[in-house]
Amino acid sequence: MKTSTSRRDFLRMSTTSAFVLALGFSSESKGKLLKKVTTTGVQINPYININEAGKVTLFNPRPDMGQGTYQILPMLLAEELDIPLDQVEIQMTDGSDRFGSQLSGGSSSVRTRWIPLRTAGATVREMLVQAAANRWKISMNDCSTKDGFVINKISQAKLSYGELVEEASHLPVPAKPKLKSFAEFTQLGKPSMRPDVPAKVDGTAIFGMDVQLPGMLYASILHSPTIYGKVQSYDATKAMAVKGVRFVLKTERVFFHGPYSDSGGFDQKLRGKAEAIAVVSESYWSALKAKKLIQVSWNALGFGETATEQYFNQAKAAALHEGNEYKDAKVGDFAKALQLSDYKVQGTYQTPFMSHAPMEPCNATVFVQGDQVEVWAPIQGPDGLVNDLATYLGVKRENIKINVTFMGGAFGRKAVFDFVMQAANLSKQVNAPVKVIWTREDDIQQGPYRPGMISAMQGGLDKDGNVLAFEHRLNGASIMASVFKADMRNNPDPWAGEGINLEDSPYAFPARRNSFNWIDPQMPVLWWRSVYASTNVFAQESFMDELAAEGEKDPLDLRLHLLRDAPKFVSVLNKLAEISDYRAKRKQGVSIGIAIARSFASIVAHAIVVEKQNTGGVKIKHVYSVIDCGFPLNPDNIKAQVESNIVYGLSAAVCNQITRTHGKTEQSNFHEYTVLRQGEIPASTIYVMPSQDEPGGVGEPGLPPIAPALCNAIFLATGKRVRTLPFDLSSI
Amino acid sequence: MSIYQLTVNKKKHRVDVDSDTPLLWVIRDVIGYTGTKFGCGMGLCGACTVLLNGSPIRSCSTPVSTLKATDKITTIEGLSEKATHPVQEAWVEAQVPQCGYCQSGQILAASALLASNPNPSDEDIDTAMAGNICRCGTYTRMRQAIHSAAKKIQNTKKS
Repeated sequence: MKTSTSRRDFLRMSTTSAFVLALGFSSESKGKLLKKVTTTGVQINPYININEAGKVTLFNPRPDMGQGTYQILPMLLAEELDIPLDQVEIQMTDGSDRFGSQLSGGSSSVRTRWIPLRTAGATVREMLVQAAANRWKISMNDCSTKDGFVINKISQAKLSYGELVEEASHLPVPAKPKLKSFAEFTQLGKPSMRPDVPAKVDGTAIFGMDVQLPGMLYASILHSPTIYGKVQSYDATKAMAVKGVRFVLKTERVFFHGPYSDSGGFDQKLRGKAEAIAVVSESYWSALKAKKLIQVSWNALGFGETATEQYFNQAKAAALHEGNEYKDAKVGDFAKALQLSDYKVQGTYQTPFMSHAPMEPCNATVFVQGDQVEVWAPIQGPDGLVNDLATYLGVKRENIKINVTFMGGAFGRKAVFDFVMQAANLSKQVNAPVKVIWTREDDIQQGPYRPGMISAMQGGLDKDGNVLAFEHRLNGASIMASVFKADMRNNPDPWAGEGINLEDSPYAFPARRNSFNWIDPQMPVLWWRSVYASTNVFAQESFMDELAAEGEKDPLDLRLHLLRDAPKFVSVLNKLAEISDYRAKRKQGVSIGIAIARSFASIVAHAIVVEKQNTGGVKIKHVYSVIDCGFPLNPDNIKAQVESNIVYGLSAAVCNQITRTHGKTEQSNFHEYTVLRQGEIPASTIYVMPSQDEPGGVGEPGLPPIAPALCNAIFLATGKRVRTLPFDLSSI
Repeated sequence: MSIYQLTVNKKKHRVDVDSDTPLLWVIRDVIGYTGTKFGCGMGLCGACTVLLNGSPIRSCSTPVSTLKATDKITTIEGLSEKATHPVQEAWVEAQVPQCGYCQSGQILAASALLASNPNPSDEDIDTAMAGNICRCGTYTRMRQAIHSAAKKIQNTKKS
């Protein structure tokens, strides 16, 4: 969205009437949940509605999956509007064009809306002040605002926003409203309570899973075991006999954005969509039971013998060759610098395919009525869903209404909408609202997954241990190819270099080269929390310690030296050394390992203390973290997100992975795809750097440096270098 | 289909469902308390935790036919009036939930722990809470909140 005011952004609407899902309201009995909410009031711009009683409704364009956008985006509006967030009602935007991009992803919500939403708030505030000044016949300078009132500084009279809004809406929209300085903030910049928390401790928060509509049917899906596949034939006789079952139908699953043909784009033959069987029933339990009784003969379309082992072997073979080079990471002449080095160091790192496994499995409720479509779903981007549904169903974008619910976790999974399209496909077929619920097995076995990657690292040192040359060859799947059907055979996937380009990784190597070799994963892959930064940084920061060991340097000193021209990185490392007592003498078998990375415009460094166990293996004693994410908007939530990334990242390092053989995923539920539980989590100390810079991302940057910090600590404690994730802490 | 009598959150309910229907789907889809969540369907994640006569059970793996009309089932909606249980209050003060999806189960498991063990050690917490997964990783805050709820309960008893 542009920061300047445009006509389109400031449509004046005297009343709006909306059929909305009232998030956070009680839903004790079936059918009550969906209520007709009529927002009366004056909508001076798309994000702010004020009614004459003074009630303020703020429209939030970034869905919440636990990262805190439910609070922080409306707070950008409320701060400039000068109204406390606890006095407003928050509604999620519905995907319509006037709200611009509404995708929660790439830790971008605050970064991209930081100026536009504050400008929207400040604009409305100035119009309210102008209206009051006109009424009092005084200058705007003699007015101030506080807690939803304009105050006459001369007479101390007050007028509420509700009393002024109608008048204000007829005034010219100010071209350049004045934004507050950081020092003027009253809500942003200090620890604050998130408004969604109370509804999440008493069961009233509404997730997609909780949506209930009158006349709604439930659907369970029988997917192709090879993910891509077609239905050859099926027998639904026994399934149809289960009480409650209304239909057993062929449906499909799309990968991911249109066009939805079988063979759109490069090498996507047969991968545009897969066929599936759906049981549509009066209860979800009967749908689940009936699903197990269906006999299907599948056509695996040639995917029946694919395996992750084969993929990694291909990637390792590709790693022997230089890939397509990244221009944003190129320094000097790597080949020449390596040739002139006194010592050469190599290391090949492997990171696995991962499932997002959010606590709430994918689900969606859709009602297609002729050319009208309404959706209730836990999704990361309602505007993208409008586009996809319009293409898929051939209906007009303005006929599609999206009700965004809370997401029970997402981590990237709910940024694509295959499960919503299934519900749309079924609703259209059965002429009723349909709620599709994936099982945990669907979630873990059907992907999309984080790409597994092979990172081949090469470095050259002079005889004093100084790094002369540094190379990172990425070998693996392209998310851009999977999601947008892009051809990556001769191009470096531009997203795949994140976390290790020169902006994110300003190590002063005299020569440097990053490159990418595309390997076909033969499965759908997708963004997973911190995306390629999670795999790239593991390899890069581990290899930094390998170079330090070879060159006989302290790992912190080596980094401080190579980052000498990047003062923010140096400050983060120095603070980390301070809070972790990095330079303290530790007893035999106890070591501290570090790693640092910038991703999504924020810098995070972790230090992990491990202790070698007499019984074998190592134990994590403590995690220390420092984050510089610019001006900290809610420092408590920033800490919470770092805590979250530590756990999510450690689970990926020491617990789980997705492996596939004979075209099928070997893991199915949490007994095979294990995650860390209470009692397996190290204590942590987290420091949020004070800053006056523009805010950076918060939801993901804590993840990339966690695995390498751990493996660096393990190397120092045991002499063993872990180059393949996941690994078992108890058998190191 | 058969008629079953259930006591959920002190209210009696008559439900007409198949005998093998897990309590989870009866609570959510028939009675309408949606605070209890579906996470894995195999009793592995704890999102579906409810209290049966005060003890945590996995409602996704508890067929309705195994329950008696006199059994007291408590869901998150019935834990307290207006979220005033000390565990709920401690949860808000510590800002525990992120996505929030597992939290009903976590809170019920924690409340059952404190009912039987008013002053749990860290090890007691590890054992009692090991069945409840949180993918957002709010474990550290939950531990703090359980300790602080324990103190609240003890202080209330003293006064």
